[in-house]
Amino acid sequence: MPRMIALLVAMTMLPQLVAYAQESSETLDIETGGKLRLTRGISTIEGQGGGGLTPWAVITGDETDRGIGGTAHVTAVELPDYSFLSYGGAIGFYDRFELSYTRQEFDTQDVGAALGLGQGFTFAQDIWGAKLRVAGDAVYDQDTWLPQIAVGANWKRADQGAVIGAIGGADDEGWETYTTATKILLDHSILLNGTLRWTNANQTGLLGYGGNLNEDHELMGEFSAGWMLSRELIIGGEYRMKPSNLAIAKEDDWIDLYAAWAINRHVTLTGAYVDLGSIATFDNQRGLYLSLQAGF
Amino acid sequence: MRTGAILLINFLAASAPAVAQAAPATPPGEEEVDAYAVSDANAGAAPFEGADMLAAFHGKDGIARVVDDLVERVQTDKRISEIFMASDFVRLRRTLNEQFCYILNGGCSYTGRDMKMVHADHGVTVAEFNALVELLQQAMVREGIAFSAQNRFLAKLAPMKRDAVTR
Repeated sequence: MPRMIALLVAMTMLPQLVAYAQESSETLDIETGGKLRLTRGISTIEGQGGGGLTPWAVITGDETDRGIGGTAHVTAVELPDYSFLSYGGAIGFYDRFELSYTRQEFDTQDVGAALGLGQGFTFAQDIWGAKLRVAGDAVYDQDTWLPQIAVGANWKRADQGAVIGAIGGADDEGWETYTTATKILLDHSILLNGTLRWTNANQTGLLGYGGNLNEDHELMGEFSAGWMLSRELIIGGEYRMKPSNLAIAKEDDWIDLYAAWAINRHVTLTGAYVDLGSIATFDNQRGLYLSLQAGF
Repeated sequence: MRTGAILLINFLAASAPAVAQAAPATPPGEEEVDAYAVSDANAGAAPFEGADMLAAFHGKDGIARVVDDLVERVQTDKRISEIFMASDFVRLRRTLNEQFCYILNGGCSYTGRDMKMVHADHGVTVAEFNALVELLQQAMVREGIAFSAQNRFLAKLAPMKRDAVTR
């Protein structure tokens, strides 16, 4: 539950933080704002603008092609045996380019003791991301099938190198690249997204990169769909394929069902039911995901 | 030579109507605009089929209320009111009614100019165009138009961004 408390604290602080950032930008004569509600996406657990588990081709922040924007997020996931927290910030440049940083903390709680790591043993990692929009306009290209397309890369560093080595992980640092496409079918009020990720990350990298079963990068598909119910509300689901590189613990694909609500121009609250499958030998990790994103 | 010149003038006069003839007489209360070719194609989108969309907008009366509300909003919203400062609101109201009614298959003709011409001198940015979309959404919400029908209509208007945004 401390994760949820962190979320509540963030809920009061983040909007003020982004309001301050926006004011500062305007003092510097930088144009801010202008995107339509919800079209900047939320922040993934890895920090990119997108859905909750998978990036989208949209660029974070409310800026348009003439300005700069930014977002900050805190995301908590409460599972039967684990507690997960991620938080970070991202900047969008000219609705074209995005830079992000996010830190993930994965608290093993009682499992840590059971595995001999210690009660509440926590795996963490830092994730730096960059994403470039290369084609299309997800919102306005309603007379063509061409989606908005972006390419991105993440550099990740996990903090528990010794444990990662002991459980068969090949490396405690890794990178991945991805291509993602977003299409809004406005006449059906539907959003579709597909991402191809070239990765060897174990549980997004918290358990290292590559392992005794497979060291190489592999192509993983990630899909999400959303149904826009109003200007402020979108509901949908996501599916993310994952590699399974560690002999000691199989890794499952991820699924979620979400609802994202733009409370106002600056703040989006997202709740989801997530099924993260088996994590470090503990199966059926299904639980509640809550994410708060504030941006300008 | 003289005959030749007269023939040429006749020829020009005969071919000119293709451009000029179409310019309708300025309706009362409107300012004059330069001549242009009148065509439904100027509306920038093909109309819907069937009567569903017109019904979703509560008929021509509903369209008129949405347009009235939108025209009011563009004059007070400080993000875009400047763009409309010199606008002929009588004409804007009439042509928007025609355009919406034509696209929603309400049996109207569109007699206004095309989107490129209308927006040419306004230097509209993406942010300003988005603001206009928001105001239209608010006007449609106020009229009680279903969100799904709002989006179907907006999907028709969306590609106009390419002609409207110039800056």
